[in-house]
Amino acid sequence: MCSLGLFPPPPPPGTATLYELNNVLVCGRLCEPLPLAFQSQLAELPTLSLPKDGLKAPGRLEHGTRPAFIHHREALWKRCINAWRDAGLCGLLKEIASAEEEEGLHWLKTASSSALAVCRWLSSLHGSLFPHLSLTSEDMIAAFSQAVDWTGCTVRAFAWHPHTSKFAVALLDDSVRVYNSSSATIPSLKHRLQRNVAAVAWKPLCASILAVACQSCVLVWHLDPTSLSTRPSSGCAQVLSYPGHGPVTSLAWAPSGGLLLSASPVDTAMLVWDVSTENCVQLQWFGGGGVTFLAWSPDGSKVLAATPSAVFRVWEAQMWTCERWPTIKGRCQTGCWSPDGSRLLFTVLGESVIYSLSFSEYRGEMQGQVGGSKTASIVADLSETTFETLYGEERIGGEVHSMVWDPTGERLAAIIRGNPDSPGSQTVVAVFRTRNSPVFELLPWCVAPGGGGNLLRRRGLPGCCPPVGRGGEEGEDAAVLHSSSGAPISPRIAPVLATLPSKTLSLGLPLP
Amino acid sequence: MEAAASCRQRALLRQVLGWRLAAAVAWSVLLLPACTAAFVLLGRAQPLRPLRWIADSFNDLYTSYVIFCILLMSVVILVISIFNVEFYAVVPSIPCSRLALIGKIIHPQQVIHSAVHAVMGMLVAWCAAVMTKGKFQFLAVPCTPSESPEDAVPQMCLNEYHLFFLLSGAFIGYSYSLLYLINNMNYLPFPIIQQYKYLRFRRSLPLLVKHSCVESLYLVRNFCVAYYFFGYIPKVWISTTMDLHIDRKLHPLDTLSGLLDLSLFYHTWLCGAFLLITWYIAWLLFKIYATETHHFPVQPTFAEETDQCLPKILNSNPPLIIKFLALQDLMLLSQYSPVRRQEVFSLSQPGGHPHNWTAISRECLSLLSDLTQRLITQQEAAAANGRAKQQAGEMKVPPQTPGAAVTEDMPFQSQRSNVIHRASMSSLVKSPLMPSKTSPGSDIGSPFSSPALTSKVGILDLNSPWHGSVQSPHVMRRGPKLWTSGSGLQMNGSHHESFPVLSVARVGSEAVQPSFIYTWLQNKQEQIKNFLSRRALIMYFFSKHPEASIQAVFSDAQMHIWALEGLSHLVAASFTEDQFGVVQTTLPAILNTLLTLQEVVDRHFKLPHVSSKPPRISGSLVDTSYKTLRFALRASLKTALYRITTVFGEHLNAVQVSPEHKKRLQQFLEYKE
Repeated sequence: MCSLGLFPPPPPPGTATLYELNNVLVCGRLCEPLPLAFQSQLAELPTLSLPKDGLKAPGRLEHGTRPAFIHHREALWKRCINAWRDAGLCGLLKEIASAEEEEGLHWLKTASSSALAVCRWLSSLHGSLFPHLSLTSEDMIAAFSQAVDWTGCTVRAFAWHPHTSKFAVALLDDSVRVYNSSSATIPSLKHRLQRNVAAVAWKPLCASILAVACQSCVLVWHLDPTSLSTRPSSGCAQVLSYPGHGPVTSLAWAPSGGLLLSASPVDTAMLVWDVSTENCVQLQWFGGGGVTFLAWSPDGSKVLAATPSAVFRVWEAQMWTCERWPTIKGRCQTGCWSPDGSRLLFTVLGESVIYSLSFSEYRGEMQGQVGGSKTASIVADLSETTFETLYGEERIGGEVHSMVWDPTGERLAAIIRGNPDSPGSQTVVAVFRTRNSPVFELLPWCVAPGGGGNLLRRRGLPGCCPPVGRGGEEGEDAAVLHSSSGAPISPRIAPVLATLPSKTLSLGLPLP
Repeated sequence: MEAAASCRQRALLRQVLGWRLAAAVAWSVLLLPACTAAFVLLGRAQPLRPLRWIADSFNDLYTSYVIFCILLMSVVILVISIFNVEFYAVVPSIPCSRLALIGKIIHPQQVIHSAVHAVMGMLVAWCAAVMTKGKFQFLAVPCTPSESPEDAVPQMCLNEYHLFFLLSGAFIGYSYSLLYLINNMNYLPFPIIQQYKYLRFRRSLPLLVKHSCVESLYLVRNFCVAYYFFGYIPKVWISTTMDLHIDRKLHPLDTLSGLLDLSLFYHTWLCGAFLLITWYIAWLLFKIYATETHHFPVQPTFAEETDQCLPKILNSNPPLIIKFLALQDLMLLSQYSPVRRQEVFSLSQPGGHPHNWTAISRECLSLLSDLTQRLITQQEAAAANGRAKQQAGEMKVPPQTPGAAVTEDMPFQSQRSNVIHRASMSSLVKSPLMPSKTSPGSDIGSPFSSPALTSKVGILDLNSPWHGSVQSPHVMRRGPKLWTSGSGLQMNGSHHESFPVLSVARVGSEAVQPSFIYTWLQNKQEQIKNFLSRRALIMYFFSKHPEASIQAVFSDAQMHIWALEGLSHLVAASFTEDQFGVVQTTLPAILNTLLTLQEVVDRHFKLPHVSSKPPRISGSLVDTSYKTLRFALRASLKTALYRITTVFGEHLNAVQVSPEHKKRLQQFLEYKE
């Protein structure tokens, strides 16, 4: 088992991890020139630049024509019909209960208010079973998103294209931008329904199809890779919505293309979408109260589905049967698959360890069996450790918030969230060296700072960044923020990216 | 020879589907008692005395007449299942115009279907009436004794409630049959993901119950309206034939106040819902069982099994459902099963020929190039169509604009065509084409293909302007069917067949010289059609829905999607798994076919009238996935190409393809498509 104590001490403050050379991560000042070997490759990388202002969360106004008109009092039955249409039974009951006593419908009013009370009691009962159901949808996304501080940070979701150097960034203002190395145009995707983006995912085996998880639906953007338009019309987006399935917090494409999984913490079923025809199949499995996080194994054989309660499931992706895994302490926060789909690493909220679960090798003949081992084993202990450095004590360690494994199976990056109670601890990215066959090995490799500190004060300078797995991370003046999401990293190259005032973004690089 | 082949096919069909269908019927019969129990329980609803209600209902369940009713309804379910089995289609038949739809409704087979369903509906309604008891139970009841002394003799009167029940059953049965036709419910959609049968059934059950209840509500409403207007006819008829009196004391039902009986409405609705639920369960189970995957062996272990192994089935001409199942199995094995993939790549012993791979790839490629040809034809037709319409609209020229010139040199054309066949066949479609194959979608035995269509299969359309450019015997043979479904062709070929039609018996053998009279007749026919088609009312029936004809073109695209997926997965896997390099030899042909198809599909989506987005599908019981197959085809085609290019990468530059295709391939390699 590996622990944080075995890691080399974190780099001194004010420096950042620049690149990896000869199996060693090189730290340095941000303005240091890179070795020549990298410069040609870096030219192929898109550069992320975000506007200085304008990245405010948009006001959540109720879009509609109602405010534009003078309020007119309608008859009760008319209001009831409207309420029934707008908000269903509950709206109807509320409308009746709040009606003035004009028509003398005393008994109706009493009946509806008592029915409403029963409704509320039932929903509170349901809420006590699954506390997350009483959250507002934004709080729910913030709780279950893979970004460290979803509400506050500028970058809410990030995804590398699985095949080319192209990535998509979902920003605070609900727009999604697509950066491409080969073209200077940066399409900014906006849509009426694109609100509270929790995840973005590129379709594999495809040039430019991007799925965006929104508050009420999943949007699938069909972008023309050769187009020069910076603002694709909303006609390019397919809307995949299903009643009772929102907010969507996680998406996963089948590695063979075609199918898209979407999950919502309020829906016990996860949906399998055939995107081209917009058909969907519900994979219902009661218990758990919803699905928060999905991870499809790179070989396409299994899917991890985490729920808001202390249980997660592993689905087998041919006949769609599942194995149920109760955890001891809390819900499964994140997980990632080895490239051959034979090993699952996952973390649990409230424990600062990484678990490993191995699966029997997938042959395809064993239809309908997941084939997981009996118990999960702990492979890494990431509890808080104090490093004595030249610049003072640094405390690192805590729960793992997000984790990614690169497609070659050689590096694993994990965002370790500092303990919020102790002031000294910081959010860092720990990178492990891994080997999956013949024996699974997880070796400590380096800790990269999460971007805070002096880095932020170097306004206007090109920021250099550590090879944070598939993630981007981001700092802001007050707090250290990470946002992470999927894209392959290159274990060999640490790219330079992003210059923006008061914010630094670090991004991985796809395999050359 | 023919007989032996068809006998073998029937044996194969029975072997693959026989047990499944038996199981489907068995399960639907087994589920009947549960439905009946629910019906009895709900039919006796006494919400104020729940204990008594439940006790009464359970006592009733064991009575002899309920058991008799269950037996009778089992027979009904059996008949319904037989109709399901006889009428299913894996390729939906889409009526392109309103007239075609009417033609389908009055087609003898459909009339039989409707009549039998109406009778079955009446039987179920009778059972429901008997089980409901109360005022519905008997057709003849003693009349209400009247005060007047002269007719003291007890007389039998007609129980109108019972009659109402029976007629509503017949009406709902008939409507079921009609909706079955209109919604293409005989179409077997294959699921997008594989799941166990129980899970699929459980997933669809709530939807089924909801759909049945809502539909029953609408149907009962319609029936009430119908009964209000025409109810007196059966009433008088029954009472005269069976010598029953009409009770003057009771309120007649075909009045407004008579129909406003809440209990009558509830029981009729419940009966309708019960009928629809049991029938839909039979239908759903049939669908689930028939579309379940079947495991075809790639290599026969015993000599008797050669007929059932995958390459053989793909290359022979099995019933369409078997072909669909085989292609589905191919898709699954190529995606999930390394062991079976190895069998596909293996060489024969002795001899060392890659027979399995050759057979599979040849069949997939010929399917795909078929589709390419069909799309080209459709596009040409659309282009010609636009021209003809414009001219007709602007100048009122005589109908056969492009056709007239061509008519002259017909004998010459038909002679030349044979030559062109041979030449173009190898140039465009690299793969060897199978000599005899029926076109997909023209399953001749299918109940919906009209007899006139089957006789026309041999007729070729040789005279279209694109004739010389790209063709294969396949397109030629199915020429008339390409852009329109069969019935549309006969009834309104007007715009689309501005070209005279040549008849050639069997391509590849000798071309029969068309007689002059025949062509003249054809011409006249065209002229008459064109004349008629300008009249407004006739236009209403004849006019085609563009969306429908596009759907008809892609109606069997599921096959092509599987062929694409299977082929691309196999090719991608061959990069690491193919030890003998058997795939490499066909790689240029595969790439050629895929890229050509890609071009044609791209062009198709640029045609006018072609929407680029799938229509919204509401999550209803009725599956309309055939309407969106073209989008699925486009997506899977692109994915298939990317799957190959991603795996092979720069190695593809060494593959022999034409320069245009090379350019296209480069775009795929750069992820710019």
